Amino acid sequence: MTMTASTPAITAVGLRKSFGDQVVLDGIDLQVAEGTVFALLGPNGAGKTTTVQILSTLIGADGGEMRVAGHDVVKEPDAVRAAIAVTGQFSAVDNLLTGEENLILMADLHHLGRREGRRRAADLLERFDLAEAATKRAVTFSGGMRRRLDLAMGLIGEPRVVFLDEPTTGLDPRSRRTMWQIIRDLVAGGVTIFLTTQYLEEADHLADLIAVLDRGKLVAEGTSAELKRLVPGGHISLQLADPAGLERAARTLGEVSRDDEQLILQVPSDGGVRSLRALLGRLDDESIAVEGLSVHTPDLDDVFLALTGHPDNQKEAVR
Amino acid sequence: MTTLAYTVSDAATMLRRSLRHMLRYPSLTFFVVGIPVVLMLLFVCVFGGTMGAGLGGASSGRAEYLRYVVPGIIVLTVATAAQGTAISIAMDMTEGIISRFRTMAISRASVLTGHVVGSMIQTMLGIAAVIGAALLLGFRPAAGPAGWIGAIGVLAMTALALIWLCVALGMVTKSVEAASNLPMPLMLLPFLGSGFVPTASMPAGMRWFAEHQPFTPIIEALRGLLTGAPVGSSAAVALAWCAGITLFGYLWARALYNRDPVAR
Repeated sequence: MTMTASTPAITAVGLRKSFGDQVVLDGIDLQVAEGTVFALLGPNGAGKTTTVQILSTLIGADGGEMRVAGHDVVKEPDAVRAAIAVTGQFSAVDNLLTGEENLILMADLHHLGRREGRRRAADLLERFDLAEAATKRAVTFSGGMRRRLDLAMGLIGEPRVVFLDEPTTGLDPRSRRTMWQIIRDLVAGGVTIFLTTQYLEEADHLADLIAVLDRGKLVAEGTSAELKRLVPGGHISLQLADPAGLERAARTLGEVSRDDEQLILQVPSDGGVRSLRALLGRLDDESIAVEGLSVHTPDLDDVFLALTGHPDNQKEAVR
Repeated sequence: MTTLAYTVSDAATMLRRSLRHMLRYPSLTFFVVGIPVVLMLLFVCVFGGTMGAGLGGASSGRAEYLRYVVPGIIVLTVATAAQGTAISIAMDMTEGIISRFRTMAISRASVLTGHVVGSMIQTMLGIAAVIGAALLLGFRPAAGPAGWIGAIGVLAMTALALIWLCVALGMVTKSVEAASNLPMPLMLLPFLGSGFVPTASMPAGMRWFAEHQPFTPIIEALRGLLTGAPVGSSAAVALAWCAGITLFGYLWARALYNRDPVAR
């Protein structure tokens, strides 16, 4: 399959989906250029998985136009399926089969022929560091191995577009690094990646373009650098000794958020040494005793606070 | 390759997967064969003497009852095997692998077809094992080649009907536990028909139910074909029931498979 560079690998216009009276996706527009990594960032329940399920033809949308790899998702689902691979949050491997048998099952379903199927299976086992696991049943695999086998199974048909739904959720840091390297290698080979993640760090490392999904709507879209400009640069958390000190510090420092019970002040800051020194200097000048101090760099909570005006766990709390 | 060739190839791939599952998860196969054999031993060796006396046949007793009960046991085997189908379908559906199949360009029918053909093979092997056990107990069927072919035909039709029904039951449930419980009435029906005692010995209401439920004509047709008793209209009634249940089970299963999977 050939696509011109100007053809986006994935487009969606006005994508809508409700389950019962719960609106999950409320009119989403997406465009992903071929050969790039697109990250859909959002908390649990934002609609990330639903978006992947619709774009990968697993479930139908209520409205909107979607094209993947040059084909209409609704009218030509099989053409889309032939061009994609999907790796879900919960790995879709056959537990009763071995690593190699799982791969050959996929090769057979792609009608690759016996010899070519075995060749690709052996190649993927090697590439994904699964050679040892080839003859073991998948049920005995560790989380990282399952995730790698899961992705390898998708790649046997040489897809042009790969959907990765939270590919590193629940993995240990080493397995996460391995998965990131695999994703980078895929992109180097010209594959388009549609990634969902809860981790800003992951999107930051991998994605060319990041879209932030919140309560079924895209609230921001841009490169990692562009998004970071939207986010205040973290904060410094100060632990005060007594309520009087808290009151004085709050007056001295101006715009802060305070927690009167815990005697904590949060001061916006880029976390740099210079601003830290300046802050401590001002507190010294007023002779305010600080018991403790910690520096917070921006995380997903900050992104959400900045973009939506509510912390990302609010949705979970409302349920 | 043409679309049909792809469909056949995909179904064959899925069948290989199902057969491999049976080898890797043998307890399900043991269960399919084990329950009918244990019930046969119970009914023949423990109850057989008394039950045989009640039949009032020429050589009344254990041997007479064995001759009577084996067709019922064989049909029971089909029901337990179909219950195994519901369990393996539910296991598949609760794991992510079916979602993967749905997002691949493979024939949609192939997933279920692979399961059905695999279950047919499992059921027929189970029936052969149960007949083997019956022969060891002293069962001596009177059927000639035509009788055996007819018996195998009736059993294959019955198996196809119950398997498609259980494919749907395995999909309509949300868990493997529920899938193993839901087909339970199928295992009871041979008891509530002519499987273990003649319907004539039952009280009026029970008897009416026993004579009009699908398992009775199936068991009667099989009994006639195997033991040389008159088959009468039971074969035609049995085949009509099987055709109806197959069609219902197939359409239901297809509708369940084609609907959107419930979002997590």
